[in-house]
Amino acid sequence: MTIYWGTVENPVLSARAFSAWYGKAQALRDVHLDIPERAVTAIIGPSGCGKTTLIRAMNRMNDTVPGFRAQGEILFRGVNIYAPRVDPVAVRRRIGMVFQKPNPFPKSIFENVAFGLRVNGFRGNIRERVEWALRRAALWEEVEGDLHRKSGDELSGGQQQRLCIARALAVDPEVLLMDEPCSALDPVATMKIEDLIRDLVSSVTIVIVTHNMQQAARVSDHIAFLLLGELVEFGPTREVFTRPRDPRTEAYITGRFG
Amino acid sequence: MVREGLAQSLRELEEEVLRLAAAVGGAIRQAVESLKAQDLELARRVVLGDEEINRQRFALEERCLALLATQQPMASDLRLITAIMHIVTDLERMGDHAAGLARITLLIGRAPLIKPLLDIPRMTDIALGMLEEALAALRRRDAQAAQTVALRDDEVDALHDQIHRELFLLMIQDPRHITQATYLMWASHNLERIADLVTNICERVIFVATGRLAELNVTGAALAEDLPGPYHGDREDP
Repeated sequence: MTIYWGTVENPVLSARAFSAWYGKAQALRDVHLDIPERAVTAIIGPSGCGKTTLIRAMNRMNDTVPGFRAQGEILFRGVNIYAPRVDPVAVRRRIGMVFQKPNPFPKSIFENVAFGLRVNGFRGNIRERVEWALRRAALWEEVEGDLHRKSGDELSGGQQQRLCIARALAVDPEVLLMDEPCSALDPVATMKIEDLIRDLVSSVTIVIVTHNMQQAARVSDHIAFLLLGELVEFGPTREVFTRPRDPRTEAYITGRFG
Repeated sequence: MVREGLAQSLRELEEEVLRLAAAVGGAIRQAVESLKAQDLELARRVVLGDEEINRQRFALEERCLALLATQQPMASDLRLITAIMHIVTDLERMGDHAAGLARITLLIGRAPLIKPLLDIPRMTDIALGMLEEALAALRRRDAQAAQTVALRDDEVDALHDQIHRELFLLMIQDPRHITQATYLMWASHNLERIADLVTNICERVIFVATGRLAELNVTGAALAEDLPGPYHGDREDP
């Protein structure tokens, strides 16, 4: 049984009776979760709880994983993204993703951001759009003079991650999924990404997976706590971190687990 | 990732709070004793002892701050630490009132008492009983018990009113009683405040146990409605 602190009006994304398996191992069990719009939702839980599986399911990133099987629905603005005839590439344009390790292409900074636009047949002014995306990712001022001279992989780790965020933002997605976006970064670079997340949330819905509880507390508006593939509790971050209702949530966030 | 370190620190912290509370309770008891027995030496010791209570309070506050800064406590741990920061402040204020009572002993000096002190020791017994029960409720994380303790504040208030009426009467009867009657009114006031501060501690116990922040008002246990209401996800600045 999941504890919900309330209902979410007009969710952007929803999991409905969503279960997932890798071969015979069940990774998610009957998850019902509504992601509120223009807010940061953090998915937390111990290793192996299914948080990465869940966030990857939100833009069909698991499709190519051998043995992956899903049941139930992931609704994006009411449409099941797992329905037949739904194009996963179109899904991923509206629901972008940033990964644990920054993965820039070994191309210029400019090309890294322009790539997604070209793939998606963007017809506008690419230069302007690249600048717009780099500004949104709070990277523009640091790379303005090196757009064509420097390769994406010559940047620092934190800059690389912001470049990947710019690349994801270039196609103006409605949702940005972030899977442990700071786990490879130092504290200063981490703080910059966290500030960026808070800046971005006025224009894009963010779902972040993190095993850093303090990070979840700092950046998120809502917390979804997963345990053994089950959604245990979902509610406002401030409430869940001060007065969790489920004893399992209490045990996990106070570090008295196991 | 069982956080034994934090759990151990919290147990020690709670023990220290109980020790501070015992010191404060002792100071209150001795202050009233000094007033009743006109024991000026005992009163002086209580006044001097307040410094140690203040020192302990700051030491405990420092420990709470250190735990917040280094351990990033969550949920019940977070509630306990923030509650303790309030509780030690309340205890320190109670210590000030004990010193205030002892100063009244010194002000009255060897002058004969204008009336036998009966109600003031009764107020003291109730207030100290409340303190003891509030701390027991803290140990047990018992919100119900904390709420019941707070109800007894009404008894202390009633005695306070009664003492005032009686002292007014004495002052009207003989204006020479005015000085000492005023001192005794202050003594009663100190005890009335002590009981109020115990009520504050009860509010913190309820917060630790349930996560509810509610005012236990003086006329009864008017707890606020249950907190969980409609889902409001808007991030508010703290």
